[in-house]
Amino acid sequence: MSQTTIDPRSLRAPPRRPLRLSWSDERVRAIVWQVLVVGIIGTIVWWLWSNTVHNLEVRRIATGFGFLGREAGLPIAENLIPYSPTDTYFRALLIGLLNTLKVAVVGIVLATIFGTLIGIARLSKNWLLSKIAGVYIEVIRDLPLLLQLLFWYAILQGLPGPRQALHPVGGVFLSNRGLKLPWIEWQDAHSYALLAFALGALFTWFYRRDAIRKRILDGRPRPVWPVALGCLLVLPVAIWAAAGAPWTVDWPELRGFNFRGGLNMSPEYFALLLGLTTYTAGFIAEIVRAGILAVPHGQWEAAQALGLRSGQVLKQVVLPQALRVIIPPMTSQYLNITKNSSLAVAIGYQDIVSIANTTLNQTGQAIEGIAIIMLVYLSISLSISLFMNWYNAKIALVER
Amino acid sequence: MPQFGLFLKRALGMAALGLTLALPGHAQAQQAAPANTIDAVRGRGQLVCGVNTGLAGFAQPDSQGVWRGFDVDYCRAVSAAVFGDPNKVRYVPTTPQVRFTALQSGEVDLLSRNTTWTLSRDTALGLDFAATNFFDGQGFMVRSSLGLKSAKELEGATICVQPGTTTEQNLADWARANRIRFTPVVIERLEEIVAAFISGRCDAFTTDVSGLAATRSAQQKPDDYLILPEVISKEPLALGVRQGDARFADIVRWTHFLLLSAEEFGINQANIDQMANDPRPEVQRMLGRNGELGKMLGLDNLWAVNVIKAVGNYAEIFDRHLKPIGIQRGPNALWTTTGGLQYSPPFR
Repeated sequence: MSQTTIDPRSLRAPPRRPLRLSWSDERVRAIVWQVLVVGIIGTIVWWLWSNTVHNLEVRRIATGFGFLGREAGLPIAENLIPYSPTDTYFRALLIGLLNTLKVAVVGIVLATIFGTLIGIARLSKNWLLSKIAGVYIEVIRDLPLLLQLLFWYAILQGLPGPRQALHPVGGVFLSNRGLKLPWIEWQDAHSYALLAFALGALFTWFYRRDAIRKRILDGRPRPVWPVALGCLLVLPVAIWAAAGAPWTVDWPELRGFNFRGGLNMSPEYFALLLGLTTYTAGFIAEIVRAGILAVPHGQWEAAQALGLRSGQVLKQVVLPQALRVIIPPMTSQYLNITKNSSLAVAIGYQDIVSIANTTLNQTGQAIEGIAIIMLVYLSISLSISLFMNWYNAKIALVER
Repeated sequence: MPQFGLFLKRALGMAALGLTLALPGHAQAQQAAPANTIDAVRGRGQLVCGVNTGLAGFAQPDSQGVWRGFDVDYCRAVSAAVFGDPNKVRYVPTTPQVRFTALQSGEVDLLSRNTTWTLSRDTALGLDFAATNFFDGQGFMVRSSLGLKSAKELEGATICVQPGTTTEQNLADWARANRIRFTPVVIERLEEIVAAFISGRCDAFTTDVSGLAATRSAQQKPDDYLILPEVISKEPLALGVRQGDARFADIVRWTHFLLLSAEEFGINQANIDQMANDPRPEVQRMLGRNGELGKMLGLDNLWAVNVIKAVGNYAEIFDRHLKPIGIQRGPNALWTTTGGLQYSPPFR
């Protein structure tokens, strides 16, 4: 591009006019208006701010973020990183943030999978399948989410107590204390194996991209699966075996009031995840359906004329085009899942809102507490938007 | 967006506080400004009272939707003191988490809802406690079928607790001191945390003993539940007003003392009219026959007569609401008669 000569028209600037201090000068008018608007907004913000500070002082309400370093003293049921009530408010809020992310991220993944499957089922030629999907979407979308959450939570509370827990297979217990699963005792060897798996997945992805690029050049197919097998299975297992192959299963067992050991999924988390996933999947299903229907019928016919099987038609021809329609509204749904997770307070899952509410209640610093909640949701939402916009730009039709 | 409504409602509530604090000319802000709650109440012709969302014995709407209970009678008493009429009250049900914000922002004038008086609340929260009208302590309730004798046996238990309360912090402190590990289940609404306990989601439910007794009495089979003997904290439940409003705090405080003194001198709803002729000087001063004690509070000189006529004395309020649900006077007996903690300074 640098070799081409620059279009001389783009270098031609409009003739410079001297700035006249007159109302008839367009630029003077523009400057005056802008200064005026910025000044008014600035004055309002300053006025609100100074009044707030003054009123807080008059009421002797403590201000500032100094409370973040104080001992929180509030118990939290679920924590991804170690926490005890002697830790600070800052750490308690961090636990809340992680709990919000835990439900939002898992919810987004599950809702995308279920939503896509239901959306495709809705378009199925199988009458029963398409009607079931249709009824599901209508029912789920029409009921308020809060109601659905309380419904799921009530159902989970109706499960038998820990001593009469449902026990379908060895080591799995389902009771009103949640779902208990056996889990391996985590050791360093497992971390190394997991790291190898992650690196292997990255390598496989690059290898596959390269294989496709080369295939486009010379037409020879290069199978990806041997590399995938090696990187994703053989290497991690080999590393795990080399580290001594530790394998101790941590079985949940009833001791005292509750189950000890194993992996636990609390009814609060489960109800919230179930509610968010099923609810959002209904919306995603409709977005997927709309996206697929937006692909012109000629594309289907052309793909079939090339002799592609129906699965291939969907995967190779229709979905890549449908994605361009699907991604922008999907971003909204992902943002909705994240924000709707704040309904957790109603069913006792300790997310950021729950913990920030308790914090502001104990410290009395409502403005700071709400500021923290706003900051957290704004950061998460902007991150999702940025990522989805990047992805959208990446898959957008490149016009040549 | 409807599904976002709950969060929005909370956020708006909190934002309302921010706005109230931000706007000086705003009507609410004027109510909230110190030293003139009483003028705002008189101007409005109504006392706005923050009460519990529904706790048997303390504050609960009856079958006609009329609020009744121990805390409610304190709202009625203050209304009778100010207006001479106990019914000029609007009740605002408040959860533990919003109660202080509601008071700070001027949404309510008086908090009469099982609120523990602590140092940090008295200072950093921008509120004052006028008087302790109920001395309580935190306990545990379990299902009788568990066969527990002591709270020390709760190792490994799941415990239901309302967030944003001193209860929650006491529980954490007590568990640490006694090396007891537990899993908390925290739900804000009282009805829902009780439902979680009743359904078996938790092994134990912890709150003030009075609250446990109230919850237990409201169940179909109260005998299925047992309140364990340990009382792990001091919970002086006090009447809260905004900080820096001494005039209104005085009125609330002396209304409470009036109820105690009336019990002490044997003045009750039935004999209040005859008591006006009682020769004892303190009774004469209290009931406005002699001196100007009412005027000193900025009230009608017959304020005491109005209060007793409306709600009776402390013992009458206690017996009407708390005795039926199985709460004994205990520390809430009068010091002057049975050596309890309730004590009124002299009406002089």
